[in-house]
Amino acid sequence: MPATVPPPHTPDRRAWVIIPLYNEASVIAGVITDLRREFTHIVCVDDGSSDGSARIAAEAGAHLVQHPVNLGQGAALQTGIEYALAHPDCDYLVTFDADGQHRIEDALGMLAMARSEDIAIVFGSRFLDDRTDPGWVKKVVLKTAVWVTNMTTSLKLTDAHNGLRVIRRDAAERIEIKQDRMAHATEIVLELGRTGLPWREYPVELLYTDYSKAKGQSVLNSVNILVDLVVR
Amino acid sequence: MWIQILLIAAIVVLAVFMMRRTGADSHLAIRRILMGLFVIAAVLSVLFPQWLSWLAQLVGVGRGTDLVLYALIVMFLAFVYTQYRRNVQLQRQLTLLSRKLALLEAEQATDSADRTPEK
Repeated sequence: MPATVPPPHTPDRRAWVIIPLYNEASVIAGVITDLRREFTHIVCVDDGSSDGSARIAAEAGAHLVQHPVNLGQGAALQTGIEYALAHPDCDYLVTFDADGQHRIEDALGMLAMARSEDIAIVFGSRFLDDRTDPGWVKKVVLKTAVWVTNMTTSLKLTDAHNGLRVIRRDAAERIEIKQDRMAHATEIVLELGRTGLPWREYPVELLYTDYSKAKGQSVLNSVNILVDLVVR
Repeated sequence: MWIQILLIAAIVVLAVFMMRRTGADSHLAIRRILMGLFVIAAVLSVLFPQWLSWLAQLVGVGRGTDLVLYALIVMFLAFVYTQYRRNVQLQRQLTLLSRKLALLEAEQATDSADRTPEK
């Protein structure tokens, strides 16, 4: 590149961002562009999108891993984790949603916490403070999910279905997500809890844009999550 | 009545199977034994239709036909269950296969990108 104004700081090379991607063509480029200012390696796992999301993600500068058929977000996450772990310069994994509802500042804060306090897993939680207002229906659904998660795992979390997590390499190596569909959020907590590694929650804000509201999990989907968890 | 005990027992056994993980070999053996019993019962009922009615009365069902219907329902539930398990297994295999393919493709793309010098 020709001489430009040098960036104020260099992007993080050792924390790899993993984004499960499924039909988010209108927002994914912006999400990746913003992330690239802070992170060198963005892994986009395209889960069989039909709207050209994959091409857009690759053009925006992400590593593209493409499922040949749609498998579900949990499967995409696991694929991304395996891809990142195959690279020795990956110390931390950051899981990030494709629809732009997470704040990069939160991800950076979580990483800083993991590094400075030697924590293996940092879960983002929207319920540690009152910045996020999901609306009461969603709140009931999410709190139910938290309750089920806390019943089945050894961890006591305030928010189970938050896509923003920081996972250290040793923790990521010990988990395998088998729930392909949405129940993976609880499964990942379960498996991370089993590792016995130190974990912490970190208050994050979710940006409920009209776009993410339209795409978010419906109440009916939470029925699926519960059934997936009970019937294994 | 006997039929109630038998049906409930069948449902409970099915439920127990549903809970535990698939041990492929023992399942196959059980399926074969059940199949053998089914063949014997079917042949007997064809040869001696009154046998079925006798058995039905014995367990507290009015007619042999009703007994066949009950048996069919239990069989259907068993079928649904085995198909469900099989589906889960197939989905798992499909996931692993697709993941392998996706990772291989991504690796190849990186390799070829490394070989072409950047402008």
